[in-house]
Amino acid sequence: MYRSAVYDEPLLNELESYAKECKSEPITLLPASLQRKDKPCIPDLDETQIVRHFFRLSQMNYGVDSGIYPLGSCTMKYNPKICEEISRWDNFAGIHPYQDVSTIQGNLQIMYELEKMLCEITGMDYFTLQPAAGAHGEFLGMLLTRAYHEFNKDYQRDEVILPDTSHGTNPASAAMAGYKLTEIPSTREGTVDLEMLEKALSEKTACFMLTNPNTLGIFESEILEISKLVHKAGALLYYDGANMNAIMGKARPGDMGFDIVHLNLHKTFATPHGGGGPGSGPVGVKSKLEKFLPIPRISKDKKDGYFFDYDYPNSIGKIKGFYGNFSAILKAYVYIVMMGGDGLKETSEVAVLNSNYMKNKLVKSGKYELPYKELRKHEFVLSCEKLKQEKNIRALDVAKRLLDYGLHPPTIYFPLIVKEALMIEPTESESKYELDKYINALIKIADENPEIIKNAPNNTSVKRVDDVGATKNPVLTWKMI
Amino acid sequence: MGVPMKFIPNSTIKNDMLKETGLNDMDELFSDIPKQIRVKNLNIPKGLSQQDTEKKLREMAKKNESFCDMLSFLGGGIKPHYIPSAVKSIISRAEFYTAYTPYQPEASQGFLQAMFEYQSMIVELTGMDIANASLYDGATALGEAALMCSRINQKKTFVIPQNISWEKKSVLKNYAKGPGIKIKEVPYDDKTGKTDLEKLEKNIDKDTAGIYIENPNFFGVFEDNINKISKVVKDVGSLFVVGIDPISLGITKSPGNYGADIVIGEGRALGNPMDFGGSSLGIFACKKDFLRQTPGRIIGMTKDTDGKRAFCMTLQTREQHIRRAKATSNICTNEGLCSLTAVAFLSWLGSSGLQELSRINFDKGQKLASTIGSIRGFEKRFTSVHFNEFVIKCHDANKVNKELLERGIQGGLILNKWHPELKDCMLFGVSEMHTDKDMEKLASALREA
Repeated sequence: MYRSAVYDEPLLNELESYAKECKSEPITLLPASLQRKDKPCIPDLDETQIVRHFFRLSQMNYGVDSGIYPLGSCTMKYNPKICEEISRWDNFAGIHPYQDVSTIQGNLQIMYELEKMLCEITGMDYFTLQPAAGAHGEFLGMLLTRAYHEFNKDYQRDEVILPDTSHGTNPASAAMAGYKLTEIPSTREGTVDLEMLEKALSEKTACFMLTNPNTLGIFESEILEISKLVHKAGALLYYDGANMNAIMGKARPGDMGFDIVHLNLHKTFATPHGGGGPGSGPVGVKSKLEKFLPIPRISKDKKDGYFFDYDYPNSIGKIKGFYGNFSAILKAYVYIVMMGGDGLKETSEVAVLNSNYMKNKLVKSGKYELPYKELRKHEFVLSCEKLKQEKNIRALDVAKRLLDYGLHPPTIYFPLIVKEALMIEPTESESKYELDKYINALIKIADENPEIIKNAPNNTSVKRVDDVGATKNPVLTWKMI
Repeated sequence: MGVPMKFIPNSTIKNDMLKETGLNDMDELFSDIPKQIRVKNLNIPKGLSQQDTEKKLREMAKKNESFCDMLSFLGGGIKPHYIPSAVKSIISRAEFYTAYTPYQPEASQGFLQAMFEYQSMIVELTGMDIANASLYDGATALGEAALMCSRINQKKTFVIPQNISWEKKSVLKNYAKGPGIKIKEVPYDDKTGKTDLEKLEKNIDKDTAGIYIENPNFFGVFEDNINKISKVVKDVGSLFVVGIDPISLGITKSPGNYGADIVIGEGRALGNPMDFGGSSLGIFACKKDFLRQTPGRIIGMTKDTDGKRAFCMTLQTREQHIRRAKATSNICTNEGLCSLTAVAFLSWLGSSGLQELSRINFDKGQKLASTIGSIRGFEKRFTSVHFNEFVIKCHDANKVNKELLERGIQGGLILNKWHPELKDCMLFGVSEMHTDKDMEKLASALREA
């Protein structure tokens, strides 16, 4: 049985601190209006205390290196150690962004080549690596959409359409860029309803945002018709690349008719999530949108090599300081160099195989239902509705009980159109042994005593956490305790 | 050697698994993709073994020159800083860096507690009530701050000094586009390099959503009129947004002490490498009245079912995964690991260490500026007191930098591209990483140049 480390680890400010001697004579040169009189209340600890503190905290945390982490649409795959190591070399990490171009040729080459490789993988014409995360890429995509329509004097286009299966970031990004949202319901097959789409499209539509395969893990087979409808209405087609791990080397958004694509390097290209970030959300576009891409672009000159090109008068400008999250960019580059074109194709094939293998066994067990279509890509969404009806066990309870088995739960309650949803994405990096372990745990849980499940987890560093209480009575810093 | 496939364990048993899944071949799994758009192969070279990959990357790394090979005095809001090995060791714990956003608090207590500690320290440094767990960087934090001001008071103009980095300005303008917030720029005083207080007063009124001041500002100059600025902002009923460099807060007052409502900044310097400008850390803190308007993840303390202390993400109804189009921001992935680095770094320093680091940076800034300023043909462009960056005017900035580079030194950032009024001006930066000898080396090279 799994057991997490349990420490009653104090907060840093509760550790035994000692005041270090420090020079406290005022800095006379500094204007009096700005001189700090009080010491900032940061505890003075010794290095042993600090290292042990964070070491213990780390032991109360689950990562991909702890075990399977099948969060749907998050693509929690193994993060190769070599990528980490290389990204920490001084000659990559110790570079100032404004150095003379002759001293950063390595970095520029990596960015230039990665852009080209991402173009090939997605079928797009140009890429920018500037966005810091997927949602940031979406926001950029919406700004590019605006710039495109404004350039064409198509000012009335102020609506973005998306299906009800879309990621939460999609509507949030479009709204942030000033768009009104229209959500269209999916068909009974779980895919885009062409009739509804056609009805929703008009001369006011700026863009249709779509994930393909969608968040149910279903490939939108009518994508070419969708593309035709969207373009006929004069709108753009946006590809949320969160699910790109399903189709590398199999199909490309560019060939499907998408005009703008974002990728998540911290999903598909194996760079770690870092407990929430840094990520990287490159954006690719078709030629007609190139001139609006953020500056600087990276160009190559036969004589002087690679350089930053600012000469794009129609560019939207910048979306982030400097050039993007370089360490993530570098790790993704190293990953692609190792995998090669064939390796990426193999990645998607096995990711889809693993997903369908799990889905089949779990559906066969009869414990969980699979609403919508049978064939899935890299992820699938089960419903715990039967368990809820029969035993009052909810998706949340199943998730918490999985933790007792030392297994990270799937994404739950998403997409919103599946009741009591378990959204499972195993990725290609799990072995059959790990998949079987997960399948067996889910089947076993369905037959367990509901009391046990409702009280789970028990083997984690804390028991079920009261998040409602946290919201009712916010304690957000040690000062507020 | 098939080495890449080491990351795909089931590669060798695909056929067995297909059979067990009731399928004949791989194509069946992709039969839902229309034939017209199927691709056979990607035009990307064959994968390399790990050994060959490392070799290839070593060659590419040689085409860069890092601070270890080449002395650099570049400013622009980013400088080399010392990173303690203990900090590197802490953030190399794979339980931290291979984790996702802590959606399952019971399996993420370590990261959550560290983020709670990060928020607590940021609040201590900035003098605010609350902080979020991070935004992408200082520039996007400014964008989010402008949006938040407008959400709070429904006003549509945001005022900034003319002398913030062009990059920040551009990012801000893009963030402001959606809700149609107008960005107004206030000139700086040509002599002191500080925000022109009179012109600021003229440019703001009761319709101003927020006013942004950086301290120290982009020219490295301290805004010592800060109390007056704060009063002017309050008088028109606007919100006061202050941008900080955390390294300076060991010796300077917390913005909370001079009336800031929102404090933002670039936190990279807290233990993160320069990394070519990214991975960055957007600091975002504010008064508690604005809690429900705050963008990004916030970690709260609560209890588990046994009544034991526990942590979790909180106030999630502000966020995109719950509120969708009505969220306070679209941010999902943030810069979690950089926040972890920052809290590990700050605890390694302690308050005494931070004061000392701050002081060293201040002192080096003064020393280098007076050294360069005493060389014929070079003068300090602005009269005000600065921190660890400062502007120098010379006869021909491009020529100077070229000659420095020939001597293996990277000079200051040439400003005239984005500040045409500052012809032949360079923004120098210095930190605890620069020794007296380094500074002397620069000075003698400048004398020759």
